[in-house]
Amino acid sequence: MRWTRIYSVKMVFNRYVEVGRVAMITFGPEEGKLGVIVDVVDQSRALVDGPCSGVRRQTIGFNWLALTNIVIKIAPSQRSGGIRKVWEKSDVKSQWENSSWAKRLADKSKRRQMTDFDRFKLKIAKQSKRTIVKSKVKKLKKEQSAQ
Amino acid sequence: MGDNEKTAHSPRNRRLAGGVMRHSRSAMYRKKALYKRKKSVVQKTQVKEKRFKTKPIGGEKNGKERVVPFQKRRRYYPTEDIPRLRKHRKRPKPAKLRASIRAGTVLILLAGAHRGKRVIFLKQLPSGLLLVTGPFKLNGCPLRRVDQSYVIATKTQISLNEIKIPERLTDKTFKREKKKKSRREEDMFESTGDEVPKPTPERLEDQKIVDRQVLDAVKEVPQLKSYLSSIFSLKKGQYPHSILF
Repeated sequence: MRWTRIYSVKMVFNRYVEVGRVAMITFGPEEGKLGVIVDVVDQSRALVDGPCSGVRRQTIGFNWLALTNIVIKIAPSQRSGGIRKVWEKSDVKSQWENSSWAKRLADKSKRRQMTDFDRFKLKIAKQSKRTIVKSKVKKLKKEQSAQ
Repeated sequence: MGDNEKTAHSPRNRRLAGGVMRHSRSAMYRKKALYKRKKSVVQKTQVKEKRFKTKPIGGEKNGKERVVPFQKRRRYYPTEDIPRLRKHRKRPKPAKLRASIRAGTVLILLAGAHRGKRVIFLKQLPSGLLLVTGPFKLNGCPLRRVDQSYVIATKTQISLNEIKIPERLTDKTFKREKKKKSRREEDMFESTGDEVPKPTPERLEDQKIVDRQVLDAVKEVPQLKSYLSSIFSLKKGQYPHSILF
């Protein structure tokens, strides 16, 4: 007798450490780069490789990895060449860049790169946006109260 | 030993290890035959020249003349010896210009009357100070000298390759004139009056010449004009060490 699930159970964790899970490396020399989990070494470490993102094949602890929702189909301990093909085929790069996570990171780095002049321009842009919105709201309120 | 042209003898003495000479002083005396060459000491009769002059004096009973020294003695002798200061021959080099500061860079002034203002850097003067201009019309900062240490260099730059700064703008033109203190009684009680010295017509002319060129370059960059008119201040959550200028 086969158990069939009538309803899907929502687990606490949705992203698992598995072969093919794309993760972002959050510490160390490869910080900020994407790598795919090729194999699990033990309770705390995984073999990670990122031939297209400039990450050398190496063991990285789970502490240094942040799992993304991207999974690619590779075999355990697959070699870098094969990984590269799968990575490019699944277009991990655009999947990643379209994610809100990547967009948030890009915004953060943009803010940090702002010069004094950029901050001034931002201030002016915010001010003008505010005035446009306020005047529109005022207009609408007036129309509503007139009705 | 009677030649007028004395040729040098080959060295009689030599240095041994340890800084010791081969022949002692007395041995050298013998070698050089200095007993034969005794110099006659010429006694210089030192005539103490007292520099006096005779001066005619008025008044009947004063004697018609008086002998008076050329150099008067001091009026005041200090009770303690004042140490004599040595001459300082070394002069400090003019400050090296930071790599981030180039002609046309927007600088933020951190001190002085124009603190917080964003100004345009023109060039470094020979004294090491930076010549900047507001431009005057935008933020009221005139052609001015500013110390590099009291300035933040932003990454914003305008192209000032072809700018011509009048040659008469040197350190001297900006140097403040020291008022000569006169010891006359009348002047001591006169009110000095805090008068701001008015700019000379040459300075006004130079300001116009420079600002015209700078403003032309400023106009090419959108929003730069209003940026230079605004004043910089640190906002909450902004830490100078962690933000880019």
